[in-house]
Amino acid sequence: MHTDVPQSIESKERYMYRWLLCFRYLRTRYIALASIISVTLGVATLIVVNSVMAGFSAEMHERLHGLASDILIECHASGGMPDPEGHLKEIMKVCGEDVVGSSASVHVPAMLGIDFNGQLITRHVNFVGLDPATYDDVSHFGRYLLHPKNQSQVNFDLREDGFAPDREQFPSSGWGYRRARVAYERALAEEQARIDALRAPASSITNEDAGPSLAIGPPQIFEESNKEEITEFDPAVEQFPGIILGISTCSARMRDEENNVRDHYYCRPGDDVRMMFPNASDNAKVVNQKFTVVDMYESGMSEYDSTFAFCRLDQLQEFRGMIDPSSQVRSVTTIQLKLAAGADLNAVRDALRRRFPPNVYAYNIQTWRDMQGPLLAAVKLETTILNILLFLIIAVAGFGILATFFMIVVEKTRDIGTLKALGASGGGVMSIFLSYGLLLGFVGSGAGLIGGLLFVDHINEVATLIEKITGQEVFDPTVYYFTEIPTIIHPFTLVWVMAGAVAIAIFASVLPALRAARMHPVKALRFE
Amino acid sequence: MNSDTVLRAQDVYKSYHKDRIEVPVLRGINFDVTTGLVTALVGRSGSGKSTLMHLLATLDQPDRGEIQFQGKRIDNASRSRRDRYRNHDIGIIFQFYHLLPELSAIENVLAPTMIGRSAWNFFRHRKEAKKRAEAMLDRVGLLHRASHKPAEMSGGEMQRAAIARALMTDPTLLLADEPTGNLDTETGLDILKLLTELNQDDGLTILMITHDDSIAESADCCHRMQDGQLQQGIPELLIA
Repeated sequence: MHTDVPQSIESKERYMYRWLLCFRYLRTRYIALASIISVTLGVATLIVVNSVMAGFSAEMHERLHGLASDILIECHASGGMPDPEGHLKEIMKVCGEDVVGSSASVHVPAMLGIDFNGQLITRHVNFVGLDPATYDDVSHFGRYLLHPKNQSQVNFDLREDGFAPDREQFPSSGWGYRRARVAYERALAEEQARIDALRAPASSITNEDAGPSLAIGPPQIFEESNKEEITEFDPAVEQFPGIILGISTCSARMRDEENNVRDHYYCRPGDDVRMMFPNASDNAKVVNQKFTVVDMYESGMSEYDSTFAFCRLDQLQEFRGMIDPSSQVRSVTTIQLKLAAGADLNAVRDALRRRFPPNVYAYNIQTWRDMQGPLLAAVKLETTILNILLFLIIAVAGFGILATFFMIVVEKTRDIGTLKALGASGGGVMSIFLSYGLLLGFVGSGAGLIGGLLFVDHINEVATLIEKITGQEVFDPTVYYFTEIPTIIHPFTLVWVMAGAVAIAIFASVLPALRAARMHPVKALRFE
Repeated sequence: MNSDTVLRAQDVYKSYHKDRIEVPVLRGINFDVTTGLVTALVGRSGSGKSTLMHLLATLDQPDRGEIQFQGKRIDNASRSRRDRYRNHDIGIIFQFYHLLPELSAIENVLAPTMIGRSAWNFFRHRKEAKKRAEAMLDRVGLLHRASHKPAEMSGGEMQRAAIARALMTDPTLLLADEPTGNLDTETGLDILKLLTELNQDDGLTILMITHDDSIAESADCCHRMQDGQLQQGIPELLIA
């Protein structure tokens, strides 16, 4: 019999057996399955929620940023800032190397009037006069228009047809619709006149005395700014200045009797609407102007879709009197800047603020993030709170692991005694349970990762299934303008969720592992 | 210390405390285990023989006195030295076998090697280790049950597996705590025969703790314990 002890054994980590026992415990202790499932559910939920929130957030950023330029210089004066070209030169001096696009525009609060079945529908809107040639350089305005040609090049001339080709329910629009509508209105008016003539041939009742016309025609309630011009206007071949309306300013989305979502349009491209807005003089007066709807704008952000209307910059400048009669220099209220990728928005903003100090200029210079700060902060806060709450789920799973492990330690007391009798150290016994926790964490979070990714990949199908089962829409299209639930998976999120889950599983196994390690071998061997 | 003495208990005292009352279990034990012999420690239940075995195996520590292994104190050695002592220097078999229920017979036999080696070392020498484990199982007549779990084996087979496990690290000394206490007479005799063969054929030193005088009779040397003390007098040498 030999008695030499290999000294190298003493110094080395001797924990080979821990993995064998861990895997065996994992396979034979079904109670651990409950812990695994809770970790799995927690991890999967965190991945799904983070993916959806990231998707929503990115979609919102994309849309918000798509609507607003990087830097916005707004003038608070009613007459706006004169000489925008001169301003732009100054701006280029300050931050020319960062600026890749610029566009001047006029923003003015306005009242939109839509004649719908003889009723006047009014909406408060932000009326924007934009330069079609440059506006797309600073924003993604065009991509949200309904007509495909307008998406590539913004145009305020009414198009023949072809609006929203991907929407079956979108009503017929454009010149074709306009001509048909005018022909119908004229035929109706002629027929009404003929009936009136037949009914009262003897009396001398005129059309003016016969009360309001039922015909769908230009609304009668407005004071026309130039009656002579209107009377010569032929709507079948001519259009008023073009206007693009936010889709929610002129439509309502609701469900029909069969619970299908339907959009109801108060007007459509080819119809005429009225806009009332203040002129730019110091003694402001309301300008009352007719426009022809040439397209609609749908960004998916209800704040924008329900409050914005757009027309050509030069026309709005004329209507508001923003052209200096002597110099013919035009004023604007806003200059928008698009910066090069990677440019420091805040630095450019601060530089511009130094050039146009607020104590001298009535300008408000903001980045798009400043403008949407509260909304973005709210989404961020919501995501953080959701993450905390969902991590608490995994923490609860951790307590499940703690309880399960205590049970397993009690159940395995004699085995712990045996291991110690065979020469296992306290650290070695402890490592069995820590490794078991690690393994549970890995298996649980691995299953959660796969489940979460699969769920995210099929989230729209899952939403449809949930809708079928519950009869309620997960993302109500009357509220959300998304055709699909947006999701983004950030690898970093997956890593920290998994690392967090594994860490919680290990932490939860520390106390039972310590208890096992400190167990007295004789007491453990005698345990019954 | 005689050069033939492999393990010695010198003036060992041990008490337990129950409800603040001290219960003395061992009271000044002086005891030697001689190399190459089967030494029996006989006594009635409660005489303190299992407690003494736990002290000799360093599973517990004496209140007073010394345990010496090959002339060096082992009871106050470092934890890692005591772990290595249990893992490598001695083999222990218990009345209730204490096999790990999740592992098969051969895995149970391999357990001391897995405990005593690093993962890398074990993997590097796993074929040799497995070969030795199979040889040990073959030595105790259990090779055909190598892949069986303890729950699938009889008491005698479990005790054989436990003996194979104890022999796996080629120990200097085998401590057997009531090895036949949980077995029927015939199976118990088989186990005793196996232990005797191990001693006679391989020269394995065995300390056997039993309450059964007839089993003790098969030992080379017998010590009797009563009330925490060894009975006075020269140990009874049973060698013919």
